[in-house]
Amino acid sequence: MTKSTTLALGALALALSTTALWAETELTVYTAVEAEDLERYAATFNEDHPDIKVNWVRDSTGVITAKLLAEKNNPQADVIWGLAATSLLVLKTEGMLEPYAPAGLDAMDPKFRDSDNPPSWVGMDAWVAAICYNTVEGEKLGLTPPASWADLTKPEYAGHVVMPNPASSGTGFLDVSSWLQLMGEEGGWAYMDALHNNIAAYTHSGSKPCKMAAAGETVMGVSFAFRGAKEKANGAPVEIIIPEEGIGWDMEATAIVAGTAKEDAAKVLVDWSVTPKAMEMYNVGYAVVGIPGIAKPVEHFPANIPEKMIDNDFEWAANNRAAILEEWSKRYDAKSEPKG
Amino acid sequence: MAEAAALPAGRTTRLKIDSDGWIKRAFMGVIALYLVAALALPLYAMLSKSFVTYGFDLSRYEFQVSDESGTVWGDPVTAAALNEALGKFAPEDLRSSSDGRLSAPDLFPDFSFRSPVKYRIRGTSDNAPYLVGLDLQNSTEWRELDSNTFRRVNLRPVTTTGLQNYQEYFSNPVLFSSIENSLFIASVSTVLTVLFAFGFAYAINRSCMPFKGAFRLIAMMPILVPSLLPGIALIYMFGNQGFLKGLLFGQTIYGPLGIVIGSVFFTFPHALIIISTALSISDQRQYEAAESLRASKWRTFWTVTIPGARYGLISAAFVTFTLVITDFGLPKVIGGQYNVLAIDIYKQVIGQQNFEMGAVVSVVLLIPAIVAFIVDRQVQKKQVSLLSARSVPYQPKPNRRFDMTMLAWCATMGVFIAGIIAVCQFAALINYWPYDLSFSLRNYDFNRMDGGGWAAYWNSLELAALTAVIGTAIIFTGAYMVEKIDGFKTGRAVFQFLAMLPMAIPGMVLGLAYIFFFNNPANPFHFIYGTMAILVVSTVTHFYTVGHLTALTALKQIDAEFEPVATSLRQPFWRLFARVTVPVCLPAILDISIYMFVNAMTTVSAVVFLYSTHTALASVAVLNMDDAGDIAPAAAMGMMIFYTNATARILHAFASRRILSRTQAWRVR
Amino acid sequence: MSELQAEGAVATPAEPSYLKIEGLWKAFGDFIALREVSLDIARGEFICFLGPSGCGKTTLLRAIAGLDPQSRGTIRQGGRDISELPASQRDYGIVFQSYALFPNLTVERNIAFGLENTKRPKAEIAARVRELLALVGLPDQAKKYPAQLSGGQQQRIALARAIAINPGLLLLDEPLSALDAKVRVHLRHEIKELQRKLGVTTIMVTHDQEEALSMADRIVVMNHGVIEQIGTPTEIYRHPATLFVADFIGETNRIATTYSGGAVKLGDATLQTRETGLADGAAVTVAVRPEDVLPHAIGHEAGTKPNHLPVRIVDMEFLGSYWRTHLASAALGGTPLVANFSMNAVRRLGLSAGAEMTVELPAERVLVFPQGDTRGGAHG
Repeated sequence: MTKSTTLALGALALALSTTALWAETELTVYTAVEAEDLERYAATFNEDHPDIKVNWVRDSTGVITAKLLAEKNNPQADVIWGLAATSLLVLKTEGMLEPYAPAGLDAMDPKFRDSDNPPSWVGMDAWVAAICYNTVEGEKLGLTPPASWADLTKPEYAGHVVMPNPASSGTGFLDVSSWLQLMGEEGGWAYMDALHNNIAAYTHSGSKPCKMAAAGETVMGVSFAFRGAKEKANGAPVEIIIPEEGIGWDMEATAIVAGTAKEDAAKVLVDWSVTPKAMEMYNVGYAVVGIPGIAKPVEHFPANIPEKMIDNDFEWAANNRAAILEEWSKRYDAKSEPKG
Repeated sequence: MAEAAALPAGRTTRLKIDSDGWIKRAFMGVIALYLVAALALPLYAMLSKSFVTYGFDLSRYEFQVSDESGTVWGDPVTAAALNEALGKFAPEDLRSSSDGRLSAPDLFPDFSFRSPVKYRIRGTSDNAPYLVGLDLQNSTEWRELDSNTFRRVNLRPVTTTGLQNYQEYFSNPVLFSSIENSLFIASVSTVLTVLFAFGFAYAINRSCMPFKGAFRLIAMMPILVPSLLPGIALIYMFGNQGFLKGLLFGQTIYGPLGIVIGSVFFTFPHALIIISTALSISDQRQYEAAESLRASKWRTFWTVTIPGARYGLISAAFVTFTLVITDFGLPKVIGGQYNVLAIDIYKQVIGQQNFEMGAVVSVVLLIPAIVAFIVDRQVQKKQVSLLSARSVPYQPKPNRRFDMTMLAWCATMGVFIAGIIAVCQFAALINYWPYDLSFSLRNYDFNRMDGGGWAAYWNSLELAALTAVIGTAIIFTGAYMVEKIDGFKTGRAVFQFLAMLPMAIPGMVLGLAYIFFFNNPANPFHFIYGTMAILVVSTVTHFYTVGHLTALTALKQIDAEFEPVATSLRQPFWRLFARVTVPVCLPAILDISIYMFVNAMTTVSAVVFLYSTHTALASVAVLNMDDAGDIAPAAAMGMMIFYTNATARILHAFASRRILSRTQAWRVR
Repeated sequence: MSELQAEGAVATPAEPSYLKIEGLWKAFGDFIALREVSLDIARGEFICFLGPSGCGKTTLLRAIAGLDPQSRGTIRQGGRDISELPASQRDYGIVFQSYALFPNLTVERNIAFGLENTKRPKAEIAARVRELLALVGLPDQAKKYPAQLSGGQQQRIALARAIAINPGLLLLDEPLSALDAKVRVHLRHEIKELQRKLGVTTIMVTHDQEEALSMADRIVVMNHGVIEQIGTPTEIYRHPATLFVADFIGETNRIATTYSGGAVKLGDATLQTRETGLADGAAVTVAVRPEDVLPHAIGHEAGTKPNHLPVRIVDMEFLGSYWRTHLASAALGGTPLVANFSMNAVRRLGLSAGAEMTVELPAERVLVFPQGDTRGGAHG
């Protein structure tokens, strides 16, 4: 290439990039938010900030986390908006997050932020574990709905319970880590041993058990409440059961990826992500949001969710994740003979 | 005989290379480079990744402990020394994964988080990562912590290389059982598929039953859909809400049963093509001889038919075996908790982010695939010599009882295959199975679902079109260079080897290898990572071999003297290539392109690790929608792929006929 | 090397050779396909490489064409050393047994293939194609595809395509082998005519001795990678340099015996031979062609006349223009003698199976080869 062409190309590139900068900034945002909500989120954000264009990169929690880790030395994302806090904790231990205190941080529930100052991430909303119970199929089989986690181990449920595999599903992991926290290490594993006898399948995805229950493929699926509410809204004969011992939960959270070239725009997005307007937007699907007092009850959602949420130790969960999963797969992954 | 004499001493004459020679070598070099970059190097990257292990290196950390006043400090001591004194962790306890943590207080037996004792920690080398709470530290500076904070100190593993991953793999009964499961599933499916396909091929080649054309068409339908689609149909048929559930007598479809039925479905056409070819070349004269010897039909079958088709049967068996053992979509959808090798790779990589273990499983999966490949190649070589023999094709005679039996058999298989597709279509149109059986197009509203929406479908079309065009160009040119270049023997042999290799590499293994190779910022081709380009490269490479063989066959049928003639007429090779070779091979070129198109539409395994949000694909969307429990939309997307491939096939047939009639007028005498 | 072989090689043309091959060797791995082959070909000559399959004739042709380079040795064409030139830079046209016509191009496009992209105007090319079509006698086939032509027609098109570029050398690799007998004979003549008209130096590879004898100015007989003899057809036939040549071209009766003073003994009979220069007592093989066995009238006394043998007719086969006659003679022991007697002679002399008669083997037709000629012997 001759010198003059190089110069010309350089000038062209510069012209193009300044034009783009002047028109709008594009942010590459990694997310695990449900596909059907993404457009709404971006549109609501653009009402206030039309000059920032959001380019979503969406996948399931496990995949997005894997992707971010794989790109550790060469991050492609500018912002993470809507990823499980447990995943963000893992990213933080890899030094991948840029600490930033967004405007309006003080208004937030302290549970919904990284305890460091400035925080590496801020929460958006909480999603909680729940049991989806198919009333039609249950009745056919003469079963009564469970009221507690303990009930799930009842022998008559054998082969009628489906739960997510914690190794691949964020929901699955929050179930397992919450049981271990609720019942203690020993009690937790003993419980899972008993539950294992009733499990028909461990699914890869967290929403699938609920969808299977909704479709009658199983009677009850350990999943998350939001999914159950959606299936119910679609007309499926499912009830959302909040076990009385308390429920595990995780939050969706927002963070800036360390080393982004678009830090200013990224900060604008994070600032906006904790505004009351954003919280109202999250409230459409989630009963619990990061700023106390904003949430309105969500249709088909049980009302007692906030008080049933356990006191989740995220750091413990993140730092013990590898050990828990290893133990879990040692105990249950060998389930090679599925039950009907 | 002539007296033995060697060449006189001297230099062996080598022709100077003319511009044609250079251009040809350059072409072959470029395509060989493509195969090296798209195949050899990624596989090498994967292999080396499988030896990367994580472990805690205790010699990299030093501690100091104070007395209760928190002011008087003891001597610095390395973690390794502490552990030796304590005997707490054996060497195998210090192995870990990329996500491992080792709690520092465990090295201090009298540690209490309430004590006023203070602790100091530092690294003794540049790379000594540890966590305080969730904050990553990596420094040789001392850091002072009170007991309550020291409780939250975890050491992180560092990478080393070794066989540890393999040891771990083979000592893990869960992972190890996958090998057994994979072999079991593949063997059972192979036996059934070959048996069924043989019956079908026998009916088509050796009977006078009616509707042969229709049966042939139906039998080819499974090629047009992703391998996981039969899984979805089976859920609707035999799942817990399945309308045929009663037929299973309490058995569950989730598991080996479902995988085997689905595998028979999707491997059936592959086995059928091979066996049918083998049966179609049998020699009528042998049957006449058998008849004149008054051999019974049964005896003739075992002494003439089976031996004549044996290479076809062996080849079909190995192809089926490889397809099943490397398939990932079907066990994912209908395997339940039944682990197989391909699923393990996916779980390790996507679920647990354990890329190293994924690489180990990939290497394990390579072994049966390569063995099957080698055996198949050996058999193919023998088959070729059989094919070249001039023989009188067999002409079946009508036999009402036999023909009706054959018809019944084909009808059974036909109903099975068409039924599965029909069930998927039905599933796609039902509003909410099993509670709302009204018809709707709701399930085609992909934008409401995971998996990439309609964009995924358009991406797939783009991928298929690009793969068909670019892949065919690369493959055909490469085959031409191998077949028609003069001299340069070693280079051609290496090229031929590289071109045959993809057949032995399972798609997922290739995909994983691409992650390791292309997602390395130091790689000059890193920029294609996450783009459509990497999907095209991966798909072209994955399906390279069959295209290459098709092209070679076509090229071998062309007179080998064309090149010398063109050279003697002082014409550059590319002129002959453009004016004669390509037009003459056009039917084969069209075959390669439709093959690439259809496979690019349906493949999951070659792309499942490589697609990004902007390049989500229809076939992967089927997988992901099923994964998320959206089974009906998954079926709908699967049907979109089916419509597209069926349309492409029909267009291909029309185009072939048109092009043949227009440009190949010379074929008609 | 025997004297006779030297005699065969005498026919080297006087003018400086157009194609000069010196010390050519070709090895395929351990197999030596050409062994020290040297050859001079004059401008305008029609040369045939003749030999059984595997003798190296095609290998030699391909070395000349630059398709498979020789291992050692040099080739000069028109004074230019072409030993290391790639095929594209040599100057020849080539015709193969398979015709190698491009099936998707019409006859005229085939012929024009070598003319296009030479910056010639289109009209000129078209004119040249018409001229060539007329030359090969197919003026009205221009628009047809090769598959629509007969084999003979296709080969003529291939020939037209090869000479279209006015090559200095025309190489024909078994051009007639794929054709049926009648067409072959006809085309032989045509090719020869055409070659004469154009004056192009031509090398034709063939395994068909008739073809070589009828077409070539000179024949190069090859066996096991070496040149056995080079010479005009009559030289080759009348004076074969080796037993192999004698055997391969035409037929021979072969009898092993010893040589002594310009004659050989066959039992009681003595055969005078040509001068051979062999030492007395040398073991030799005597070869006589069946048509050189001359019949004499029944009852004709053999007496002690040299070169006359008393024989008995064992069997006669009628082969159209002549009778193939199997003779037995006490002088030959058990060795049968085959003779070709013309129809006229048989009728005139009243020959029939079982008859006793005398045959003459004229001295100038009795070929003597020293035994131990392994190359010839290998053919026995």
